[in-house]
Amino acid sequence: MTNQAAKRTGPDASYDDPSFSLKRWLSSDGNLTRLFVIMVVVFVTMTVLSPRTFLTLDSFSSMAFQFPVLGILSLAMMLTMVSGGIDLSIVGIANLTSILAAMVMVRLVPEGASAGTSFMYMLLGIVCAIIAGVLCGLLNGFAVAKIGIPPILVTLGSMQLFMGLAIVITKGQAIVGLPEQFSSIGNGSHIGIPVPLIIFALCVAAVYVLLNRRPYGMKLQLLGSNPTASRYGGINNTVVLLKTYALSGLLASIAGLVMIALTNSAKADYGTSYILQAILVVVLGGVNPNGGFGKIAGVVMAVLTLQFLSSGLNALHVGNFFKDFIWGIVLILVMVINAVSPRLKWKRRAAGSSKTSS
Amino acid sequence: MRKWTKTSEFYVAIIILVLFAAIGSQNGAFFSSANMFDLIRSSIVPGIFVICTMMVIISGGIDVSFPAIATFSMFSATKIILMLDFDVPVFAAFLLAGIIGLGLGLINGLLIAFFKLPTLIVTLGTSSMFSGFLLTFVGSRQISNLPAPLEQFGKTQVIKFTTDAGITVGLPMSVLITAAVVILVAIMMKYTMIGRGIYTLGGDPVSAERIGFNTRFLQCFVYGFVGFLAGIAGMIQTTMMRSSNPVDLLGTELLIIAAVVLGGVRITGGHGTVTGALLGLLLIVTIQNSLILVGIPSYWQRFVIGALILIGTGVAAYQIKRSSAKQSSILT
Repeated sequence: MTNQAAKRTGPDASYDDPSFSLKRWLSSDGNLTRLFVIMVVVFVTMTVLSPRTFLTLDSFSSMAFQFPVLGILSLAMMLTMVSGGIDLSIVGIANLTSILAAMVMVRLVPEGASAGTSFMYMLLGIVCAIIAGVLCGLLNGFAVAKIGIPPILVTLGSMQLFMGLAIVITKGQAIVGLPEQFSSIGNGSHIGIPVPLIIFALCVAAVYVLLNRRPYGMKLQLLGSNPTASRYGGINNTVVLLKTYALSGLLASIAGLVMIALTNSAKADYGTSYILQAILVVVLGGVNPNGGFGKIAGVVMAVLTLQFLSSGLNALHVGNFFKDFIWGIVLILVMVINAVSPRLKWKRRAAGSSKTSS
Repeated sequence: MRKWTKTSEFYVAIIILVLFAAIGSQNGAFFSSANMFDLIRSSIVPGIFVICTMMVIISGGIDVSFPAIATFSMFSATKIILMLDFDVPVFAAFLLAGIIGLGLGLINGLLIAFFKLPTLIVTLGTSSMFSGFLLTFVGSRQISNLPAPLEQFGKTQVIKFTTDAGITVGLPMSVLITAAVVILVAIMMKYTMIGRGIYTLGGDPVSAERIGFNTRFLQCFVYGFVGFLAGIAGMIQTTMMRSSNPVDLLGTELLIIAAVVLGGVRITGGHGTVTGALLGLLLIVTIQNSLILVGIPSYWQRFVIGALILIGTGVAAYQIKRSSAKQSSILT
């Protein structure tokens, strides 16, 4: 994987120009335009195919409850992929941390506790989950940055480790009966907006700020495109990698909390199909799997596209296996298009101008 | 010169011996021939899978689609044979499954070789595609009325004897297929130009191209061949289970990769041996089958395997880091 010649798109022309122009933005990033078009096409197709079930308030509100978990996991996957790695352990972290939270909320609470006490335990559970998520992420980061194991192996191993730990803790059983206040996070709405959606929006905003407005984002992208150059450029690669995996663990634990709030139970093997879907979303969103490049707008559009597709297929009463088939085709197709289009552009440019552009 | 005591195979072998001794001292039943045969029997199908994964990883890629390919080939081959409705020889059934697998593997190979896509993501995608297609369009219900020759093949045993305790133990015919595959691939990787080319490709694709290897052909060959082997392995699974279940093998890919990596095959490509991969498999299979014999509940399996992967790869990565540090200190 690592030794495949990385095909990169040319340097982004609009990168150091602070003024914003829609035309330049669209033309400089063909992928975002393409993604937007795909999203609209999927939306329109699904609307035409099943207007009565797809284009209703009910279906939209159920979508708004469904996609945030995948969305938050995709953000975690995106960060690690921009750093040139991958995080296969996000679902493991999500399950492990949410089980910890559920245990605090269900098992530790004394009998007949007042609403206030059980609220305190709920907060304690959430804090525990988030700390555990960061610790899990730091373990990944330590193994990647300090010991030097390839990220895919680290997270492959830690996925087994975290999931195994979750199974050991629960002995394979589900933990049920979370406090009502907590499940209202998963199923409630705040001023008409579903709470999971609000959490997703907050995560998106935080990651956006980190990636685009903080030095960390720049360092991460430099590290992802060329780790040697970034080290010689005075960037502490170890710290950046540790931060990245810790953030990924943090986001995964948030996703886990939303997940158990939605289902009102926690189990060691929930949502394992999310790993593939998160990779699909991130790649569809135009993040370079070899690292160094990725836009959050792309990831958000990709997750919406997938949700439209998924809900639309549900409305058509298509089985889950058929969805797997579609996921696979979409992923491959997007990869092929992303690989071919820069080459075509390059050829066109070379043919169009007599002088070489480099 | 690397001494053989410094190879990772040596360390894995020591770990396995220690594990054997530990389990054996706790429970005498471990060394019984029934248990040993059980270990071999449960490595027949994964044995072919580790060989597949080893080849792919040596070539510098990673393949998570082989269980999907195996399932797809075995299930559709069984269906086709049942539809033909006459007793095709066992050989033809295996060949058919192999050819279906070859076709699917070539899809991977072409995508990887001609579009230069990351192997993990391509195979994740095709894996989801193949199993989705199989379960939607070919069928999702288990086939238990196998054609007679396959049924017969599954029942035939190579070695069979009755132990003192009166338990009859034996190995199915298919163990010979796995043995043949192992030997064939070992010879191919070591003594043929294609095998050496695969090592070179994994070590450095640019150098491989410059010294005249056709890297595109090599990649297509690796993924096609692996697809072929996966198809065969799927058919073995069918004959061993005496039924064709379309969800049987799915989800085994990560454990197989773990086995290969534990056996000292470097995930960055270019390094690894058949012996190492098989030792890694033995380690995993022993943990899976025998932890329960020493009184460790089976739900610890995943945890132990995950810890082993991290420790095993960590030690290997640390060694590489140290040796490269040593080299650079000599140079400067």
